[in-house]
Amino acid sequence: MKRLRFNQQEIVFAVFALLFLAFSIFLRGFLTPENMLTLLQNVAVLGILGLAMAIVVIGRGIDISLIAALAVPPGLVLQMVQNGHSLPASLLVAVLLTIAFGLVNGWLIAYAEVPSLFATLATGLLLAGLGQAALFQLDVVQWSDGMKGFERLGQGTILGIPTSIVMFAIACVVVAFLLRQTRWGAYIYAIGDNPYAARVTGIPSRPIIVLQYVVAALIGCFAGLVMAASVNSMPTRIFNSTLIYDVILVVVLGGIGLSGGRGGVLNVVIGTLLIGTMLNGMTIMDISYAGQNLVKGVVLLLAVITDSFLNPRNEETAQQGDI
Amino acid sequence: MKYAVRTAKVIAAAFGLAVIGAPALAQQGLDEPFQKPFKEALAGKTVAYVPVAMNFDLTEGWYAGLKKELEPLGVKFEIRDPNWNTNAGAQAVTSLISEKPAVMVIHNPDVQTYAKLLQRAENEGIYVIQINMGSAYRSSAFVGANWIEIGEKDTEAVVKACQGKSNKIAIVQGALSAAASAYTLKGVENVLAKHPEIKVVSSQAADWDAAKAKAITQTVLKQNPDLCGIVGFWDGMDIGTAAAVKEAGLTGKVFVATSGGGERKGACELVKSGAFDLNMSYDVPTQAAQMAGTIKWLLSSGAKAGSIKGSEYTTLIPITKENADSQTACWNLSDLKK
Repeated sequence: MKRLRFNQQEIVFAVFALLFLAFSIFLRGFLTPENMLTLLQNVAVLGILGLAMAIVVIGRGIDISLIAALAVPPGLVLQMVQNGHSLPASLLVAVLLTIAFGLVNGWLIAYAEVPSLFATLATGLLLAGLGQAALFQLDVVQWSDGMKGFERLGQGTILGIPTSIVMFAIACVVVAFLLRQTRWGAYIYAIGDNPYAARVTGIPSRPIIVLQYVVAALIGCFAGLVMAASVNSMPTRIFNSTLIYDVILVVVLGGIGLSGGRGGVLNVVIGTLLIGTMLNGMTIMDISYAGQNLVKGVVLLLAVITDSFLNPRNEETAQQGDI
Repeated sequence: MKYAVRTAKVIAAAFGLAVIGAPALAQQGLDEPFQKPFKEALAGKTVAYVPVAMNFDLTEGWYAGLKKELEPLGVKFEIRDPNWNTNAGAQAVTSLISEKPAVMVIHNPDVQTYAKLLQRAENEGIYVIQINMGSAYRSSAFVGANWIEIGEKDTEAVVKACQGKSNKIAIVQGALSAAASAYTLKGVENVLAKHPEIKVVSSQAADWDAAKAKAITQTVLKQNPDLCGIVGFWDGMDIGTAAAVKEAGLTGKVFVATSGGGERKGACELVKSGAFDLNMSYDVPTQAAQMAGTIKWLLSSGAKAGSIKGSEYTTLIPITKENADSQTACWNLSDLKK
């Protein structure tokens, strides 16, 4: 007799559906088109970051430095424009900085073979420190007149849909295409599933790993630009916040195993939706901060516990490096 | 005889030399007896500054202002930057106590953490000046904003703007652990107690984070499009609050009141653009000058540390459309650093 089995993705989706249903029935003003758009808008940046993290995690790595890539290059754009440089030149410098940052990450992990957790922990601190010490005058880099027009990246609407949602959707499509339609994407899955087998079969695993971190950093920078445009400033202190845990949460909760080789864009979308629904519902209910944390913790614990009951780990599927 | 000669000289000086412009000879200089002990009391002394973090308008402004006032007098001005880490801050204060500077200028992260340490420092003979965020221990001096007053003023303005409208307001708090946030909330409550007609539809903490403030405000505005005012707790965070109001097309309809240090880009520019309707500024350069004055007074007084205790609450500057253009309402960090 075949036992009924769910994977984490389905469980999280079920939790999301239940929560959504409950809020729709019991919470006045939740199930309105406007509120749905707000819900998505509020988690769009988190979702974009989740995509960057997903690419790295699928390749059996982790990128703790993502928030530095979100904060520093976009902050540099705002600071340079404030100091009188032109917007295109500032953007170019920021993109070059991001690529250089991704290359350093990738080189450390692929060639120097430093574990990704430690390598990105250190480089993230380095980049954030560099920003604080040398690039920015103040923690919060303010919008200036030279940035005029650029705020449309994060504010306003395109065909009635808030721009940041459109940006999230575009990022989803691009990443899905990269992962599923290109050879490069297939290589990432192969490396994540079994790095040694991948190398033996002739996959250029080291350059691919470098590429992963460069792409992740670029997506992080993109998320930062959307965020800066949406709040008209870049609070670079966000590096010290717990945002990176939320990003990892979105990825893992959505069902992308930290052991690599599994999952895709859909998982990130589901994880993002669950977090977004919880945050939105609790804001409408005006639940206190402590209460919100409590609810978040309980829901996440439930999802993880259910998963480990339904899909117990065993010697066969467990891999070294599982967290 | 000598006297006569001198008199003659004086007369000559008065009638003759005065013409070619050397009146100094006419009079002996008078030594002011207190300036030398003042200079001696300050020269070579160490003042240590422990903010919660550098790199933001308030702490950079205080630093620049204190440096400008103290270094010409030969005071060594040291800084310990805990970068938002409360433990690192406590360690910095502890190690400072053993290094025995003459004065410690302390910006508390919360009410409790440094309280005992500051008391110990004053027992060891170090003057402690607490700035903007005080601790449970009352030290030689407190220089800073009265958060309760800020909460009251902001809320009064919002209540006034709500007259004849929906009377629905929202509150965007800072971090729950921060005393500044809790005190401001008390001020808000004080005013709301007098105005039972006002309904608070949302009162949440955004952790001093602009993105969080924006997310909360967006949701609140979708649920209550007839909201008439928002009380925000810090302008650096309320950029997000204002962005949400602007996106909802409600700028001018929803009154946004906030507070901050009055730096031009973060305060006056945003009031001018219509993002904020009121920004209560605690004018950082004035605060820095008051701190420097207190340090000079304490060091030259010779009073025993902890034997006298006083407070200097900052006079708030309400920044509105009317004065946002003026040169004096706000300050520029770049000018202060010169």
